[in-house]
Order: sequence, then C-alpha cells, then structure tokens
Amino acid sequence: MIFFRLFYEFFKVGLFAIGGGLATLPFLRHLGDVTGWFSAADLANMVAVSESTPGAMGINMATYVGFTIGGQTGLPGGNIVGAVIATLGLVAPSILVILIIAKFLQKFRQSRVVDGVFSGLRPASTGLIAAAGLSVAQIALLTGAAWTGWNSLTAIINWKGVILAAAIFICMQVKALKKLHPIVYIAAAAVIGVVFQF
Amino acid sequence: MNRYLDLFLTFAKLGACTFGGGYAMLPILQREVVEKRGWATEDQLADYYAVGQCTPGIIAVNTATFVGYTQAGCLGGTIATLGVVFPSLVIICIIAAFLQNFAEFPVVIHAFAGIRACVCALIFSSVIKLAKGSVVNWWSAVIFLVVLVLSAFVGLSPVLLVVLSGVCGLAITSCIRYLNRGKEAAK
Repeated sequence: MIFFRLFYEFFKVGLFAIGGGLATLPFLRHLGDVTGWFSAADLANMVAVSESTPGAMGINMATYVGFTIGGQTGLPGGNIVGAVIATLGLVAPSILVILIIAKFLQKFRQSRVVDGVFSGLRPASTGLIAAAGLSVAQIALLTGAAWTGWNSLTAIINWKGVILAAAIFICMQVKALKKLHPIVYIAAAAVIGVVFQF
Repeated sequence: MNRYLDLFLTFAKLGACTFGGGYAMLPILQREVVEKRGWATEDQLADYYAVGQCTPGIIAVNTATFVGYTQAGCLGGTIATLGVVFPSLVIICIIAAFLQNFAEFPVVIHAFAGIRACVCALIFSSVIKLAKGSVVNWWSAVIFLVVLVLSAFVGLSPVLLVVLSGVCGLAITSCIRYLNRGKEAAK
C-alpha cells in the first residue's frame, strides 16, 4: 500500500533529518534513488518551489512529494491524501521526541552525552547537504552526454547553467546582496532560463 | 477564545508568514509568542529553539510542538504543529496541481532549467554558511569530508551516516575529555 509506504518513508526522514532548511534534502535524494518516485531534476524543482512559497522547506517538500506520489495512484483525491499523509509522517517523530524532551528540558540542555553526539551530527548534516548539492549540480550543470575523452568536455558541460549558477553564487557572497531573499534569485533565474532558452 | 483554536491559528499564521522555515521563523516567533501572547519569555523561546535545532525533525515543527506543549499539554503540542503545517499543505497542493498541468509547456521547461542552476548556487551557499558553524576543528572537518564522500560517491544511506557520526562525536568528545583530565591530574 503506497500510502503506508509514504508515511513510513517520511517518518524516517523526520526522525533522522536534523536542523532547518535543507536538512531533509539528502534524505529525499536517497528516497528518490531507492523508490524511483522522483528524479534528481524533480527534486531540484521541488527545492525551488519550497523556497519560493511560505512555510518551512522540509514540510513543503514532503507535501509536494506526497501530492505527486498520491496522484500517481489514480484514486480520486489521492493526491491530497498523499500530501496529508507524507506531511503527517514527517512531523510525527518531532511531536513524539519533543513531547518526551519537554519533560526534562534542563537535563537535556546540560547533558554531556547529548552535546557529544551533536558535535558529530552537525558536520555530518553539512556533509550530507553538500553531497545532495553535488547530485543536483550533476543534473543542472551537466548535459548527460557520455565522456569520450577531453574533447567531449564541451558537450558534457551545460555552459549556460554553469555560468548562471556561478554568477548567482558570486552575487550571494557579496555582502550587500546577502540579505536578499532566495526567491529573488529564483525568479531571476526563471526569467533568464526563458529568455536564453535553457 | 478557545485555547486550542488560539494555538492552531497562531501557528498557522506563523507557517503562512515564513519563507524558508527554520531560521527565518525566529523573529516572527518572537513577536507572536513572546511579545503578543506572552506564552514564553525571550529566554525560554531561545531554549526551545536551541533544542529544536538539535533534535530530530524540522526546527519550525519542533519549536511549535514545544510552545504548544507548555501551553496546553500533549494535545496542545500536536495542535500547534498541525497549525504550522496547515498553510504549507494548502499552498503546495495548489501549486503542485498547477505545475502538473503546465509542466509540458516550453516556457515552464526553460524556466525550471534556469531555476535548477540557481538551486545549485543556493545549496552551496547554504553549505558554506552551515560549515562555518559546524566544521569547527580538525575532527569535525574529517567527519564532514568522510560523510560527503560516502554519501556522494559510495551512496551510503544518510540514516546510517547520521547514526555513525553521532556515535563518533560522542566517542571523540569523551576521549578528548578523558585525555585532558589526565593532563590536569599530572600537573
């Protein structure tokens, strides 16, 4: 039953993804690889939609995946049921864990064990997001052509994408532009994509 | 007003007003929860937020559960969480339905090809920001690199990597503390 699977998979994401924003991304990439529910390109689109709409990114991504997968069942209203189930799956572990921790907050805050575990988890979470970023880069910045030696390099690299990504990355490191919301860059990239026929 | 309804509406408003979640939510959370409703003090909120960052799950959801729990117990925690996810559910369902109908249009295809290049830049710039806070000494740099390689090139499950890194973090910090204790005793 696909809905049970959706709940279970997103429960796992909610249980192991730690931190805000993109923390769920590596888990979703793995989920896409294992289940075939969505490709790396779909995932990149989902990131863009989640960043450009209100609400926490992780929740938006879960809703989006659930809607798509639920819709594939062909059941009437399956897409909305899928969206609700994936979202509930994602938040269920949070509710359980926080309700337990809330009872002994002070002990948790001062625990050396918790502190030690999290000093290992923080760099790991960053490494996972970087790895997921590489797989998004692979589909966004390469054409998918086969490697047949150094002279095939120009055919493999999606030059328009590389230039745009590099330009946006550099802009984001400029102090004056750092405060700009990501939605500004996403909108600009959409316009550039249409104008220059990406 | 009914306490549960109040919790639901307050957190639904929060969910609808934050873009990007987590870190973007804090200023609005302060205004709504601390200043307007008095549900928590500034310090308490900072505590909830810190715990929300280092427990499983989305920060926004964790913080909502925390505040809801302190106001109205387990049911309150659940209702606050449902409130914070409700706007996402509605908005994303509408957008997803819209995109499915227009996904084949050339304009949409070109726009998303451009957007994907932008998403790469967004991801790597957030990696740099995160690394400044998380890669702070030689062994956290080792964990970062090993996890990056094992995930990107070996394809190990992120769940396994998270569990192993937690164990490593605990083992390494315990060892360092043990060694330092030995040094102090020698003096």
